[in-house]
Amino acid sequence: MKKFSSLLHNLILTPSRNTKIKLLQDYFKILDINRAYALAILSDQLSFQFIKASKLRELVYEQVDQHLFDYSYDYVGDLAETISLIWPTNKEGKSQNLSTLIENIKKIKKSEINKEFSKVLSELSNNERWTLIKICTGGLRIGVSERLVKTALADLYNKSVNEIEEIWHGLEFPYENLFQWLKNETSKPKIDFKKLFHPMMLANPIDEEKDFKRLDANEFQAEYKWDGIRVQLMVSSNSVSLYSRTGDNISSAFPEIIETTKGDAVIDGELLVGRNFKPSGFNDLQQRLNRKKASKDLQKKFPVFIRAYDILFYKGKDLRKLSLVERRKYLEKFQKENTTNQIDLSTIINFSTWKALTKYKNNFYDDLNEGVMIKLKNSEYLPGRKKGYWYKWKKNPKLVDAILMYAQRGHGKRSSYYSDFTFGVWKENELVPIGKAYSGYTDKELLVLDKFIRNNTTNKFGPVREVKKEIILEVAFDDVFPSTRHKSGVAMRFPRIHRIRWDKPINEVLSIKEFKKEFKID
Amino acid sequence: MDFINHQLFIKDINVHIDPILPKKTAIITHGHADHARFGHDHVIATRQTIEIMKIRYGDKCAKKFTPLRYGQKYSIKNFNFTLYPAGHILGSAQVLIEKNNHRLVITGDYKVGKDETCKNFKLVKCDTLITEATFGLPIFQHPDPKDEIQKLIRSVKINKNNCHIVGAYALGKAQRVMNLLRQQKYNETIYIHGSLEKLCQYYSKEKINIGKFEKVSSKDKSFYEGKIIIAPPSALKDRWSRRFPNPIICMASGWMTVKQRAKQQGIELPLVISDHSDWNELLDTIKKSKAKNILITHGQEDALVYYCKKQNLVSKPLSIQGRSDEEIE
Ligand SMILES: [Zn+2]
Repeated sequence: MKKFSSLLHNLILTPSRNTKIKLLQDYFKILDINRAYALAILSDQLSFQFIKASKLRELVYEQVDQHLFDYSYDYVGDLAETISLIWPTNKEGKSQNLSTLIENIKKIKKSEINKEFSKVLSELSNNERWTLIKICTGGLRIGVSERLVKTALADLYNKSVNEIEEIWHGLEFPYENLFQWLKNETSKPKIDFKKLFHPMMLANPIDEEKDFKRLDANEFQAEYKWDGIRVQLMVSSNSVSLYSRTGDNISSAFPEIIETTKGDAVIDGELLVGRNFKPSGFNDLQQRLNRKKASKDLQKKFPVFIRAYDILFYKGKDLRKLSLVERRKYLEKFQKENTTNQIDLSTIINFSTWKALTKYKNNFYDDLNEGVMIKLKNSEYLPGRKKGYWYKWKKNPKLVDAILMYAQRGHGKRSSYYSDFTFGVWKENELVPIGKAYSGYTDKELLVLDKFIRNNTTNKFGPVREVKKEIILEVAFDDVFPSTRHKSGVAMRFPRIHRIRWDKPINEVLSIKEFKKEFKID
Repeated sequence: MDFINHQLFIKDINVHIDPILPKKTAIITHGHADHARFGHDHVIATRQTIEIMKIRYGDKCAKKFTPLRYGQKYSIKNFNFTLYPAGHILGSAQVLIEKNNHRLVITGDYKVGKDETCKNFKLVKCDTLITEATFGLPIFQHPDPKDEIQKLIRSVKINKNNCHIVGAYALGKAQRVMNLLRQQKYNETIYIHGSLEKLCQYYSKEKINIGKFEKVSSKDKSFYEGKIIIAPPSALKDRWSRRFPNPIICMASGWMTVKQRAKQQGIELPLVISDHSDWNELLDTIKKSKAKNILITHGQEDALVYYCKKQNLVSKPLSIQGRSDEEIE
């Protein structure tokens, strides 16, 4: 555990990609089972959400005064790190292997978490504690991508990273066959491709100025970009399974798809909520997400369907090397053969100039599409975000001016700045908050806002500072919905700070009534 | 204790402690720039603090100087002042103020742990304690500086083609890092940024063991491979540091406790070496001083005030204008 936690510590502090690769390689030279655990953790394959943040807080409050912890957390901005630093260390603790530690933790019964997990934490050093908490809460977020880990392994053993990529989703812990093949002790692991998740092809944002000059509109076709979740559906005669973009199996959450789909194919599409293939917005989809199971009632209230974009396999045939246009023919064939599927096809937009495409991007379909996808007609299906094939062109965001009301220190990288902003609009003579944003601003704007907040605090509520009402923020957002959970009655989707409006007096900001009218909320 | 206000100003006799702006009489706890400033009429401090001020600001940085030995009493009207070692940097002092049987101690910056580069902290019992709180949160529990310096030595051994640039405040921290390296038998010449030269010479003259050092010069790039260079933190980010071969950026500071902070500042090898007390040392000092009245300055006051109140001590934060937490040396 000592070795692995210092690996993570060094990885998080190293800005250089090459040094990261070297650090990973040095670690992977160890030959015991710990490297399999490390690989699983670093590539996010060890699905091990052992403990939730709220439970961790409960544990730490048993060890230290709640207020002292809260002051510390507010300062550090990262839960795992705060706990690791503040937790009283029992110096007697013996060092444990990563593998032993994980296996011991897996054995802890739910009812004994408080006692047993606390004991484990006490026996570790600060840095090991930090590592363990990161592992056990899921998601390391240390600036190391799965791709980088694979690259490090490939380079270490003189293989190509694409070879690892191809078999990756067919590998299983403890990756014996992978390591043996890397060391040339066996041949490349044989994988049953049809059953496996295939990394998805992703789009890059279009650069309107550069790309439209460079690219020939005739070589591309477009489709609407839908605001649901990207899925991969695997259909065979004996099983149907649904995967999220990250390769998680989410079949059990969407039984209506699993039960109705027939055929033999691997489909790439967007999961949406709606009736008769008419999507009803992300807010409704939210009701279905993050639930492991869906009750009959929920299925009835928020029915889901898949809008298919692409097809990777058809009746055992790998279509990924074919062109998009060719693949589309197979997709249509699959669709025609079975019309009872909860699947419809994404519409293809034909256009001859980039200018002509603009109207499709903006406000079509009652606001429900997010923009358009622009795809090279003869593109193969390539995993990842390869440049030059698929682009996304998002609608212009909605904009509103609002007054800065409260601020809070950011978390993680931004924890020394006041970088979380709450803003509001008028309600009679008072302000009512309509949203919170922690991105969008430039580094320069952040410094200005941070300074303003430090010098113009009128009130403190724990970590939250109330400020003088004089800064107007132009807030960009994707959408806004009615909400009973918020005092203002509205909830924004993905609000971010577009710019600071130095030019506008605060009395020109909208009232909540006007705001609702402008964005059509009843 | 009403005789001193929140700016550490004693109105009755027109005396300030560590004032930011030029004043008539200033008692200076130590030579760091957020405590010692240019332009007072009369400076009262330890001999070493006065000499450090002269090095930094010139011989005429005050009109008159009164050096005091540790423990030597100095009276102005019915106020008695005595300086005691603060263990922070060379020459650093706490100030004991006695008036009508009331004893008030201003700690200035202090640390309790051992340090070969200055006289070690002496606990002074008092009725009112004005303590610093730079690291006034329970997450700050400083490790043994020997272990931290070993991390540097190890990294130098492993990364033979890199040079290690250690960010350290020019006064105090830089020399402490050098001294710690010597304690751990690192005997190579240590290279220093030009702005550290005079202070390092002064420490040597005061018989502090910082070993052999040399100002960096425009030598062949490869010359600095495998070497340790000490520089003020501000130099880490600017062009100065780019002239060295594959630099590994290190920083010696108590702030390095928090990984996220280290990352934000682009530090690859954080060394938790602090010249301030950590949380436990702050609590211990408060307890052992026997003071019933605790005023807290400089840094993370909230948690310490909360803690003192829980111990039934009268406590409040003392805000001294013109300083913010990130500027403390
Ligand atoms: Zn200082």
